[in-house]
Amino acid sequence: MTELRVTPDKYLPHRYAGASGDFNPIHIDTEFAQQVGLPRNILHGLYSMALVARAANTDGDPRALRRLSVQFRGMGVPEEEIVITRNERDDGVVELEAAQGDTKIIRNAEAELRA
Amino acid sequence: MTMSVRGRAKAAERPGTLPAVAVKTGAIGKTYPPFAYEVGKEKIAEYARAIGAENPVHFDRDAAREAGFRDVVAPPMFAVVYSSGSVAPGIFDPEVGIDFATMVHGGQEFVWGEPVVSGDVITTTTEVKDVSEKAGKGFYVFESVSTNQDGQEVVRGTWTNIVRGV
Repeated sequence: MTELRVTPDKYLPHRYAGASGDFNPIHIDTEFAQQVGLPRNILHGLYSMALVARAANTDGDPRALRRLSVQFRGMGVPEEEIVITRNERDDGVVELEAAQGDTKIIRNAEAELRA
Repeated sequence: MTMSVRGRAKAAERPGTLPAVAVKTGAIGKTYPPFAYEVGKEKIAEYARAIGAENPVHFDRDAAREAGFRDVVAPPMFAVVYSSGSVAPGIFDPEVGIDFATMVHGGQEFVWGEPVVSGDVITTTTEVKDVSEKAGKGFYVFESVSTNQDGQEVVRGTWTNIVRGV
């Protein structure tokens, strides 16, 4: 079992919005997010998935990742540490999970790597 | 009435009719026009910085070529940058009928092929793969297939959106 720890800063969702093109206000506008019942602006799920992809592919060679599937669960928020756990099964499939404290933000992630 | 309505109260209130089908399945199999995206070196770098990918192959042409890539190479999850423009029309298609107020992105899968590098033109086509209902939730599944200018498949994405209370 290995893990990757990342604490996205306050403005990470804004940078990710620019990088990805997803400017949904729930990610970049705390007032808007609170109006729709969220505690504050939330992380993009696909940003969290990108961290899971990094954790899966430990050597960072973009050719090595063949497949990644995830289920999105709780909402991730900026300024709290994300812990991604990684467990490689005997059959080579890598199982991963991302959490902030007790809140699981990605569950049942599975990755396959190329040798 | 003796008709089974499997717990859907609204249908039970209309005796003699079939239970209301809450999700529209008519769009299954529908595809949208191909979406083309030209990959830029600085866009790759911007994306890589945002996700904290530090491998120099995402920033430096010489490092990328030394590692065997044709040019500066995108992190795998850059797939969302060039393919989401193809998926959006399906998500917003009235024929699919997603209720955005209660939609969440439930799951995502990517299967990667040929690496994507700066200068590539990636063309993505999206299909409505499945629309179904389970326990009062609607499941809308889209499949995107992205190929480069040489016809090589670079990624296949499966996008699952879930709508509560359909």
